Amino acid sequence: MRARVIVRLKPGVLDPQGAAVEDALHTLGFTGASNVRVQKLIELDVDAADADACKLLVLEMADQLLRNPVIEDCGVEVLQ
Amino acid sequence: MTVVVVTFPGSNCDRDCITAVVEGAHGAALRVFHKEHELPETTTAVILPGGFSFGDYLRCGAMAARSNLMPAIQRFVDAGGPVVGICNGFQILCEAGVLPGALLRNRDGRFHCEEVELEVSGDSPLLVAYQRNENIVLPIAHGEGNYFADDDTIALLERERRIAFRYVARDEQGHGAINGAKKAIAGVVGGPQRNVIGLMPHPERRSLDLHGADDGMPLLEALLSYSEHRRHS
Repeated sequence: MRARVIVRLKPGVLDPQGAAVEDALHTLGFTGASNVRVQKLIELDVDAADADACKLLVLEMADQLLRNPVIEDCGVEVLQ
Repeated sequence: MTVVVVTFPGSNCDRDCITAVVEGAHGAALRVFHKEHELPETTTAVILPGGFSFGDYLRCGAMAARSNLMPAIQRFVDAGGPVVGICNGFQILCEAGVLPGALLRNRDGRFHCEEVELEVSGDSPLLVAYQRNENIVLPIAHGEGNYFADDDTIALLERERRIAFRYVARDEQGHGAINGAKKAIAGVVGGPQRNVIGLMPHPERRSLDLHGADDGMPLLEALLSYSEHRRHS
């Protein structure tokens, strides 16, 4: 099964990369862009019986490696 | 008596650490590769050196923190063994949960390579060779040294005097001017007997005659003398 993990900095955690992207957008004239946050998207194939088992497994992977719980949240989606 | 310096793929300060221990502090040092499952029996101290382990993939220190040798290092820490993590080594200790918090990208998005003034502010057997509140100068070289932890953790660190080093230059909020580190935290004390220190600055790069100053030497010397003290007690 294919799963997708989105890892994002928790609210309140500074994102200098997002701030730099926002500055660059403003430089290009997109002055309406704000609150830019750069996130990570990880996709993977998982050997699992069904979507629920797949999600559980990926959440476990997220807790052990894919995210740092001190600074990051994540969302897991089973694609197929 | 052996100081183990752990080498990960991408470590680039391991040799400097070994030189500082051997030539500066007149100790014995041994390089151990991260794929080992155990520390050598003669291990009396461990240094996790700086660099870009595993290319900083995913997050700096994330892969190294989950390498074969880390459980053995955790057991060494739990038994009171002295461990110092320098720069990437600090990031690895945070990722492994040995030390609290995380190191974010520098607030200004830039890599900073320069000398900074630091205040020695924590209580640890590894800091005893410094005067309390002594100001020292050490080089930094990092893009992700912006220390972050939640407010409760920061308060706990302050209360327990576990902020090992603080940047002297601070912004209006009291954060490190150089990288945005909360409460200007440059290094943290951990371990059951305050036997672990992680810090972003590089003591090994300011410890030999040829460096022109030796502000980093007291930390390395304390690492050796604490090892010696533990061996005899």
